[in-house]
Amino acid sequence: MQLVLTEDQALLQRTALDFVTGTPAIARLRKLRDHRDERGYALDRYAKMAELGWTAIPFSEADGGLGAGFAELVLVTEAMGRGLAPEPLIPSIVLAGRAIALGGSAAHKASWLAPAIAGDKVLALAYARRDSRFDLTRAPVRAARDGDRFRLTGQATQVWGGHLADAYVVAARTAGDDGDRDGVTLFVVPAATPGVTSQRQHRVDSLNVAQLTFDSAALGEADVLGDVDHGHALLARVVDEATVALTGEMLGGMLEAFERTVAYLRERRQFGVPIGSFQALKHRAARLFMELELARSAVMAAARALDGGRGAIDGAQPDAAQLVSLAKARASDAYVLIANEAIQLHGGIGMTDEHDIGFFLKRARASELTFGDAAYHRDRFAALEGY
Amino acid sequence: MTDAERFRADLVELLERELPARLGGLPPPTADYWGGRNPELPHPLSRRYCEAMAERGLTAPTWPTEYGGGGLGKQEAKILLEELRRLQLPPPLVGFGLSMIGPTLLQFGTEAQRREHLPKITRGEIRWAQGYSEPNAGSDLASVQASARFAGDDLILNGQKVWTSYGDKADWMFGIFRTDAGGKKQEGITFLLLDMAQPGVEVRPIKLISGASPFCETFFSDARAHAKDVIAGVGQGWTVAKALLGHERNMIGDLFGAGARTRRAGGNALAELARAYLGVKDGRIADPVLRDRVAQLAMDERCFALTMQRSADSVKAGHKPGPESSIFKIGGTELNQRRQELMVALRGPQALGWEGEGFDERELAQTRDWLRSRGNTIEGGTSEVQLNIIAKHVLGLPD
Repeated sequence: MQLVLTEDQALLQRTALDFVTGTPAIARLRKLRDHRDERGYALDRYAKMAELGWTAIPFSEADGGLGAGFAELVLVTEAMGRGLAPEPLIPSIVLAGRAIALGGSAAHKASWLAPAIAGDKVLALAYARRDSRFDLTRAPVRAARDGDRFRLTGQATQVWGGHLADAYVVAARTAGDDGDRDGVTLFVVPAATPGVTSQRQHRVDSLNVAQLTFDSAALGEADVLGDVDHGHALLARVVDEATVALTGEMLGGMLEAFERTVAYLRERRQFGVPIGSFQALKHRAARLFMELELARSAVMAAARALDGGRGAIDGAQPDAAQLVSLAKARASDAYVLIANEAIQLHGGIGMTDEHDIGFFLKRARASELTFGDAAYHRDRFAALEGY
Repeated sequence: MTDAERFRADLVELLERELPARLGGLPPPTADYWGGRNPELPHPLSRRYCEAMAERGLTAPTWPTEYGGGGLGKQEAKILLEELRRLQLPPPLVGFGLSMIGPTLLQFGTEAQRREHLPKITRGEIRWAQGYSEPNAGSDLASVQASARFAGDDLILNGQKVWTSYGDKADWMFGIFRTDAGGKKQEGITFLLLDMAQPGVEVRPIKLISGASPFCETFFSDARAHAKDVIAGVGQGWTVAKALLGHERNMIGDLFGAGARTRRAGGNALAELARAYLGVKDGRIADPVLRDRVAQLAMDERCFALTMQRSADSVKAGHKPGPESSIFKIGGTELNQRRQELMVALRGPQALGWEGEGFDERELAQTRDWLRSRGNTIEGGTSEVQLNIIAKHVLGLPD
């Protein structure tokens, strides 16, 4: 594993950063929030991302992708995190898209994956209910056999990118109970399926999330992703992949919040001097810098661990899961710390809604509580290491 | 066969066959040999191993051959390290001559100074000590007061140095002395070398809270140094001293970084310790709070090691060392402190033994290691000074 960017990766990083910072990014998110925009992101921006090839990164050439990996994808999500870009790249491409790429039939791929890569359709993954916390065995939906069909009933919450999405990958309990890995089945559910309704939920970070209600929605065998009762491994796999993509976004967010804060320390004057000349504040800034550098190493390592050998994205290295947990725990602690400190170091202005820095605090907290917080991932790391 | 392959083959021949046959064996990897006029021998063959390697310039592989070095490129030096590691051999020689004053002389010394001092370092003949800190010049190093006054071709030295690592075992000292008390305090400092075997130099060991230490106090009463041993000119000592501190911090970072790598290779020793002292329940460390701390530290150490790797990979790829390298001294030493504290917590009351009955050897060593580790964030530049450096030089915050 080489923890250094190749020339191609450095170029991708620059392109992505230029694209995101080319528009007043936070102002855009603020406007979407203040207008209570139903979609919460911009379809035309998302189409541009697809044009740039970002939606094709983690797929094989056979599936219409670029055959690249997570080492590349985290550079894109890092840039998105810099601008808190709300476009649903992670839910549509990594969560649902990768699930279909890894477990879907040719028909699934033709109907959903190809248009998702093209940016024409948006997909989402429904895997949690209100009391799931971070437990992937607590499926939001029950699926009962009804002749040669399944009837899905239940409610999924905070489905990322879920409102106005075109189709969902849904985790449903077909056998057993909470806590059992067996008995979870993944379905591909078109949004227009009778009995499926979506309601936009409004979350602290203004991201598009939806509550999906399934009222005896009928699905067939052909809508099953992979094998009946054996969807958990695939679900866990794409959640790990999305976790790494998210840590890239978190890295971008903490970097931006940090740089804005350091700039403020340089320009804000009190007692006749820049407040950045006070040692109490210098030391806090230096500590945050250390956290940032450590987080970057963890994110790069986790992405490369998922990629395994170059181009072989299905051959992750043996301790990839540990590195995923390492990256998420690190990124969670660091982003929340940096965002909290960013507010404190901005002083009163940092508490106002008018100032942009508060958006980073909100996103930090939401990211921390997505796919497992630091405590969850330390527990998982310890278990994986055998203690 | 490429040049690198031929170099490796010759090295293997030397280390695996020729030297063991000639010397009747080689020292184990833990036997650090510091050399000097009256060298301590961690292993009976340490000195002969050092001398045999020095004949080929392999004690200072990347130094120029005219000063006793090996004249090797980076790739060959890396091969040497790899082969030593593979054959479980120690470096032939360690010490502040190789790690600190040698690189400084290569950067600032005159041709005569290099020819005089470097070969004696590479052959392990002279062991060096560092004379920097004083009772009133710790973090504020530029406040040194120990004085040097010219008397013909000599300088007369008076005053005191403190925290002289292995001062009682060293032959020569490099240090900073005040040659001019007027003007800005960074000016008027001179970097010079002196022979410690003279009546005007007295060395006393310092006992630390851990019960022992490598540190000494050094007193100068009309001691003498030669004008030809002034480095980079009178009054230019601050520039030299700062450059040398860079070499020192790299060494400390490498030390703890290497520790992190070895720990990784050797499995999680902390988890083993936790199992032994706390028990196991359902396959997990029985105490959930301490289990969480074990995991947190293991993850933080891994993350630190990855950052060291990232820095090294970046340099290998031809980039300049990135800003991440500024965190190694503070990050590595704080991790070691946390590790020591956690080991005390895991052993519980058994970590409290000082000596004698009721505690096993490792428990007793643990107590001392924990106490010693408190110094890690003070020696070699306190954490607070490191934070100042990051704030100023990396973040560009104003004075």
